[in-house]
Amino acid sequence: MKQSIFTITENRQIAAGTYEMCLRGDTAAITAPGQFVNIRLDGLFLRRPISVCNCTDGVLRLVYKAVGHGTEQMAAMRPGQTLDVLTGLGNGYDLSKAGDAPLLIGGGVGVPPLYLLARKLREAGKTVTVVLGFNRADEIILKEDFEALGCTVRIATLDGSVGVKGFVTDALPQGASCLYTCGPEPMLKAVYRATDCPGQFSFEERMGCGFGACMGCSCKTVTGYKRICTDGPVLEREEILW
Amino acid sequence: MVDLSVDLCGIRIDNPVIPASGTFGYGQEFAKLYDINMLGTFSFKGTTWEPRFGNPTPRIAECPAGMMNAVGLQNPGVHHVIEHELPALKEIFHKPVMANVSGFSVEEYVKTCELLTEQEQVGWIELNISCPNVHGGGMSFGTDPRAAAEVVKAVKKVMTRPLIVKLTPNVTDIVSIAKACEDAGADGVSLINTLLGLRMNLKTGKPLLANTTGGLSGPAVFPVAVRMVYQVAKAVQIPVVGLGGVSTAEDVLEMLMAGAAAVEVGTANLVDPYACKKIIEDLPAVYEKYHWNNTVN
Repeated sequence: MKQSIFTITENRQIAAGTYEMCLRGDTAAITAPGQFVNIRLDGLFLRRPISVCNCTDGVLRLVYKAVGHGTEQMAAMRPGQTLDVLTGLGNGYDLSKAGDAPLLIGGGVGVPPLYLLARKLREAGKTVTVVLGFNRADEIILKEDFEALGCTVRIATLDGSVGVKGFVTDALPQGASCLYTCGPEPMLKAVYRATDCPGQFSFEERMGCGFGACMGCSCKTVTGYKRICTDGPVLEREEILW
Repeated sequence: MVDLSVDLCGIRIDNPVIPASGTFGYGQEFAKLYDINMLGTFSFKGTTWEPRFGNPTPRIAECPAGMMNAVGLQNPGVHHVIEHELPALKEIFHKPVMANVSGFSVEEYVKTCELLTEQEQVGWIELNISCPNVHGGGMSFGTDPRAAAEVVKAVKKVMTRPLIVKLTPNVTDIVSIAKACEDAGADGVSLINTLLGLRMNLKTGKPLLANTTGGLSGPAVFPVAVRMVYQVAKAVQIPVVGLGGVSTAEDVLEMLMAGAAAVEVGTANLVDPYACKKIIEDLPAVYEKYHWNNTVN
């Protein structure tokens, strides 16, 4: 973990209610895809945890949905403004378990952290399939980004406006060596039940500190109590208790 | 050079700054960020006889200038603390630590303290008789002078270290509770624990915290804490440890001026993990600015 000041270089809307913010700063503490950062915002007491979408040599890319006071404030920020950011939080995904043909499954704001994961997996020469779920066509994010990495992308929308009509579980291909997923808990549970290959599931919880001190985000697992922020957010299929 | 050291129940500590229980774990997370030996000491995570998972989530809610928590005393139990946490702490922290203890019966408090008071790393025991989150016990000791005195007396019998009793602000008259603890043999009191609160979730119309109520902490409670420290410090002879929303070196000084012998810093650690380091570094200049001298005052 590292606390440092980042400068916003870009902040724009990329889909309905969804924004992309690029920041420049010290990204050395970010060591795995699936980690998150915790951002301090003026006038708000608690930091806001946001997943890392991409990270390369001092450039951090966040894709977030404006859903509350914190993210709405972020959406209104301009290039040149600075943010106090804790980086390198959470365990992140374990790439060593990917096998040859990993499957990435993301829903809504659970999609962004899968981008850095897909990039790392593609750099390691894996054949990557990505299944993304959204409510409607205008909420689709990062589709072209995944395609540009050379991933096969399948889309599911609830209203059927793009791709398969329904949930991500209605668009799952067969034969994955391992799955990596991030999204709302009902989606994670549905994916868990619809699949049986090894898998890593990234969870969300309301956090106090984000670095393991407050015990605000604990959950019960097969291997004991875990803090989503520090021992997670990524849990192995075998340790999950629903 | 400004002397920051203070005496806390017969133990000299390098400065009055003490991370508060429940915001600093058993020290490990913060030791990765800075040398925690710069602290006066720290109060470790509230420990009970049995391991506890605590309350269901959500356990955290944001408030203007603060937060509420309903963690519910999650901890691995005193045996695990003695077998694993204290040996691990020995590697990173070379000062006496403050052991924070909670319980649900007098017997439980006594047997937990009996084990911890014998640990060489433990300097003080801070007896939490005030956690507002746990059903069926925690609250009652701290809200009734007789119940508070009963548990303090029983624990004192097994103690070989100073006993500091941590008080809840959720009472009509905190001075009477503090005096009851002093009369029962407490070596010090610390106050305040969190203030009982509740927030509704506008989207669901239900309480935001799974536990319904939670403990309010952070800068929002600071004036309440200073007021209670001031009242208690005037009424008792034993040292008073002040806490509640302390976030800056100025806040520490304000607590000292109100009568605190030492000061705990809690919620500030959660939003700025370097909060205590910064406070200790800022303290000499703040003492000088306001002409404060620990040894005189």
